[in-house]
Amino acid sequence: MAVREAEPVGSLQEVKEAGLDREDLLGIYRNMLITRGIEERGHILYKQGKIPGSFYTGRGNEAAAVGVATAMGPNDVGTPLHRDMGVHITRGVEPWRIFAQYMGREDGPTRGRDGNVHMAVPELGLHPMVSHLPAMLPVATGMALAFKIRGDHRVAVGWFGEGAAARGDAHEAMNFAGVRRLPVVFVCDNNQWAYSTPTYLSYPIEHVADRAAAYGFEGVVVDGTDVLAVYRETKRAIELARAGGGPTLVECLSLRMEGHAVHDDAFYVPKEMFEQWAAHDPIERYRAWLYQHAGLAEDEEDDITAGVKRLLIDSLERADQSPLPDPSGLEQGVFASPEDLDTPHHK
Amino acid sequence: MAELTYIQAISEGLRQEMRRDPRVFVMGEDVGVYGGAFKVTLGFQEEFGAWRVIDTPLSETAIVGGATGAALMGMRPVAEMQFADFISCAWDHLVTVAAKQFFRAHTPVPIVVRLPSGGGFSGGPFHSQNPESSFAHIPGLKIACPATPEDAKGLLASAIEDPNPVLYFEHKHLYRRIKAEVPEERYTIPFGQARVHRPGDDAVVVTWGAMVHTASEAAEQLAAEGFEAEVLDLRTVVPWDRQRVLESVRRTSKVLVLHEDTRTGGFGAEIAATIAEQAFEHLDAPVMRVAAPDTPVPFSPPLEKAFIPQVEDVVSALRDLAAY
Repeated sequence: MAVREAEPVGSLQEVKEAGLDREDLLGIYRNMLITRGIEERGHILYKQGKIPGSFYTGRGNEAAAVGVATAMGPNDVGTPLHRDMGVHITRGVEPWRIFAQYMGREDGPTRGRDGNVHMAVPELGLHPMVSHLPAMLPVATGMALAFKIRGDHRVAVGWFGEGAAARGDAHEAMNFAGVRRLPVVFVCDNNQWAYSTPTYLSYPIEHVADRAAAYGFEGVVVDGTDVLAVYRETKRAIELARAGGGPTLVECLSLRMEGHAVHDDAFYVPKEMFEQWAAHDPIERYRAWLYQHAGLAEDEEDDITAGVKRLLIDSLERADQSPLPDPSGLEQGVFASPEDLDTPHHK
Repeated sequence: MAELTYIQAISEGLRQEMRRDPRVFVMGEDVGVYGGAFKVTLGFQEEFGAWRVIDTPLSETAIVGGATGAALMGMRPVAEMQFADFISCAWDHLVTVAAKQFFRAHTPVPIVVRLPSGGGFSGGPFHSQNPESSFAHIPGLKIACPATPEDAKGLLASAIEDPNPVLYFEHKHLYRRIKAEVPEERYTIPFGQARVHRPGDDAVVVTWGAMVHTASEAAEQLAAEGFEAEVLDLRTVVPWDRQRVLESVRRTSKVLVLHEDTRTGGFGAEIAATIAEQAFEHLDAPVMRVAAPDTPVPFSPPLEKAFIPQVEDVVSALRDLAAY
């Protein structure tokens, strides 16, 4: 079972066959713009001293994140990571809550208990990452195990990076999922740099997806800047899993266009590499495709852009009104009470 | 009431929970076809099927991480570590993911990890440990350490019902060594309520797990000399029954804290510190500790005997307290 390298997406017809109508296509564009817009504004807030701690972005990964999330069904679940803001946006997390999270406010999904992208809204099928990557892969595998035991037609998506692929968690999760043919899709955001570590110091093979064969399922490498190709390949993997066909490893290749976090200027990444990948900016690329294949008109684009801008301004305002958490409540909420189990995702 | 061994009580309790709640399932190494290394789940796969009694690869991380994911999706996983010692391989998943999940995301993680623990049969450094103190330091984890068949069954039911990650330490040396009447119907024993294993007013031994029996034997020996020590079984280390311990301290004024885990940073130190903070004026003697020395658990019988607190060690400590 050799790794498959996915073709880029060409025509509108091909996209329609993959299940997306024009409205969906514009929605994807909007989600990518919101994703980048949140992170750009977050960066400014950070520099203004309004965001404590550190700040991470997924610039360059917008297509991979939005593409995968668009392919997920409403009852599917996932464990997105720090380059996957687009997943939260696509699943419907309101941007003001993300700004509130950044600023450590009460209305962020973790109510100030955790920071930056360490968040998720479980009601939308997402569960928050931890810093220890790829610790969420065994968790996603366990979610898929629950679906398999109950016979639910649901799929779990677990994200990891090419750096985290070196850790044992990735192996244990994929091996167990392969043995039990669990409905889980492993998505590798391969942005080519694990902090300052290049791929050739992370793994000795051509693709991370080559490893899938060792676990008895298919690996596919897709251009992570091509949102529609990511969508098509992930959709295929998710539907295979839903039908009982077991896991797939989808490796989305992109470049981390900024440092590991804002403090890191990424001096170790060759300039030519940035230049080469800047020419493949996922949003620009998709915008050009929409003009060429989906008849996007200028006024239509202006409407979308203006709508996103308004949304982000309103969101920032609303987030800024969210209170800081009350320290007197710190020790409550370490342990759950029986009534805390009474939530939709626990039923 | 039926007379059950400690291990039979665990099996019986687990079987009852699986019969009453379809969300409860078991996963671990060799738990299915083989029935578990100690046979706790013997016959379970025949009754509940291969998808509720799941044989996993040798993958502690996938077991505990997987249990966490399944719990987030509404299941009630009971994961088995073949030996408590192997939980070190899943430390990250307990401590980083499961313990902190509710605090961060407000999503409960109702998992139970069964941990066959403890020494006394030359298991050596990797099959004999009592690592409960390490986990007691982690906010978000609960810890049960039953000492009797009745508690083994009732605490297991509570652990499965609990909306938090629970480490259930079952002492291997008690498995087939102790037997007692156990109610046949389902019952729960609440966490955080200590139990008087043996009454006494001259001193109190605060302990849990297999050491309850060691303490009890020692107390019997001293009773012949007219010194009556209470043996207070904590039953759960997190939460622990501070109130009840402090009551006994005030009543007896002399305290021995006893555990099979190693001494430095052991949970006994936390108990001793709490007593010093909250009941200092009631003490007639320093709080004493008997615990294993700060070494790995040794293999050879004379070394292991020197490692695990023995009845004579407890007798000697109680004599010191009596004479103080």
